[in-house]
Amino acid sequence: MADIAAAPEQLVKAAPPRTRRRLLSRVPHLVVGLYLLVALAGPLLIDYDPVHTSLTDRLLAPGSETSTGATAWFGTDGLGRDVLAQIVYGARTSVLIGASTVAISCLVGVVLGAVAGYFRGGVDAVLARVFDILLAFPAILLAIVIAGAFERSVLLVVVALSATGWITFARVTRGVALTIRERPWVDAARVLGVPGRSILVRHVLPFTAGPIVALATLEFALVVLAEAGLSFLGIGLPASTVSWGQTISNGKEYLEGQWWISTLPGIALSFLIINVGILGDQLTARHRRGRTD
Amino acid sequence: MIRMVAQRLLVGVFVMWGAASLIFLIVRAAPGDPATVLLGPDADRTQIEQLRESLGLDRSLGAQYVSYLGDVSRLDFGQSHRLGRPAMDAVLDRLPATIDLTLTATAVAVIVGLTLGMLAGGRPGGALDRVVSACTIALQSFPTFWIGIMLVLVFALGLGLLPSSGVGTPQHLVLPALTLAFPFIAIIARLTRTSVAETMREGYVQTARSKGLGERQVLLGHALRNSLIPVVTVVGVQVGALVGGAVIVENVFAWPGLGSLVVDAVANRDYAVVQGVTLLIAGIVVVLNLIADLLIAQLDPRIRTGAV
Repeated sequence: MADIAAAPEQLVKAAPPRTRRRLLSRVPHLVVGLYLLVALAGPLLIDYDPVHTSLTDRLLAPGSETSTGATAWFGTDGLGRDVLAQIVYGARTSVLIGASTVAISCLVGVVLGAVAGYFRGGVDAVLARVFDILLAFPAILLAIVIAGAFERSVLLVVVALSATGWITFARVTRGVALTIRERPWVDAARVLGVPGRSILVRHVLPFTAGPIVALATLEFALVVLAEAGLSFLGIGLPASTVSWGQTISNGKEYLEGQWWISTLPGIALSFLIINVGILGDQLTARHRRGRTD
Repeated sequence: MIRMVAQRLLVGVFVMWGAASLIFLIVRAAPGDPATVLLGPDADRTQIEQLRESLGLDRSLGAQYVSYLGDVSRLDFGQSHRLGRPAMDAVLDRLPATIDLTLTATAVAVIVGLTLGMLAGGRPGGALDRVVSACTIALQSFPTFWIGIMLVLVFALGLGLLPSSGVGTPQHLVLPALTLAFPFIAIIARLTRTSVAETMREGYVQTARSKGLGERQVLLGHALRNSLIPVVTVVGVQVGALVGGAVIVENVFAWPGLGSLVVDAVANRDYAVVQGVTLLIAGIVVVLNLIADLLIAQLDPRIRTGAV
């Protein structure tokens, strides 16, 4: 008797403790959080001015002492500007532009996609044709043309990147709305006489939340990369705005000898994108698991 | 099949009309009078008026739009005042360099991506699979322009093996093509891996195994063909992204293609060239997407006969 009673307890114990793996999977959260913190509070952490030029401190190697007695941990660039300060302020620019672009793209895409997927008809047909036209251009090319045509500003870059950014949001939302509209609770609401708009908001839209959050994460990575690409080409942002792409581009002339100017901001950028990407994949996987249950 | 081709062609024409209209809209919405921009700040009023007239800017927006569509349909994008010759000539001059670059990058990406994906997908969850998936995440995350600079730093400046920029010899093509190929290697490898892993569970693969075929023959002779369908689709869909990547890569390596031309034109408000490049690229994307669709139909009889 005692053996039988003991058996289930042993089974419970046998369940492997997965804390180690869980901890490891939290690393991207931590890293992305750290970047966000630096973007928000960076200027408080660091007392260098990223655009302060100093001819006596030109092209200092990482770790050397500047003329003011401070240490340039990441070196200085061709105009004597501190590379670490540029990375910190560049994080600000990237996070600001990334978050605003994703927010705008998400709003526009979810609204249009939900309406098209739920009501079908004219909106759906028009949206499909708009996709066709916009997808004929490489996203970065359209962004270059838009950002190059108007007065340089942060807002312009956000608009230029949102011009194609909303497409994926609209497509995913449309797809979810298409399947949800056939579900019994939507029929029930319809039979009860709930107006279409309320059905959409209360009974369809909540189901798009999971995929949209995962998509927003991945889209954030793409937008930050695209912004860096634009700044690298010298298009869109005002010259006074510090950004990773601009610093990397500035360092290109000094590659022979002063490798750090281009290399270090690029590592900062790549590390962020890798972690945001893993985070996005985790969110996507979680949402997929949730759907099959 | 013919009906499908005709239908796709019709959509293609519509898309080109939309693309041309979109570019017209952006260029006309841009601040600054094109004539004033072209002549510079020192030009006097009569000069500006004359140029406005010769450019047709004195007519109504509707009339300008109609004549613009007519010109575009004849592949005439007007005169590039900065280069002093028709924009289309300048664009066609630069096209071969971009084609060289993108074709080489595509070939590299397909060969390396397929190999990695098949190695990883042949035994999902294995050590090789994990290594490949870690590599693909990294390859997809690096900004292309930065990877290009890093390759220059290591292979051109550090080891002195390859030229850092320009054109001329096949060696000049190595670094730009590799840089451009990296993200696509990752995309193709990931896709092939999933696709092969799925195909390996199919009944006909089991049949092939039970006939006593070796794992290599099963993979190459039976699983590969079906796994190719999503790969061809994605190569078709990614053509746009590939050309977009080329725009940036060309600027890193001073590669004299469409990408460096268009960035230069945008910076100098040379709208004839901007229109020429963007619409040519849109046209190429539309045509290649069409070809990819037809290729898929050829690879998959279910689509060809309309069974799906």
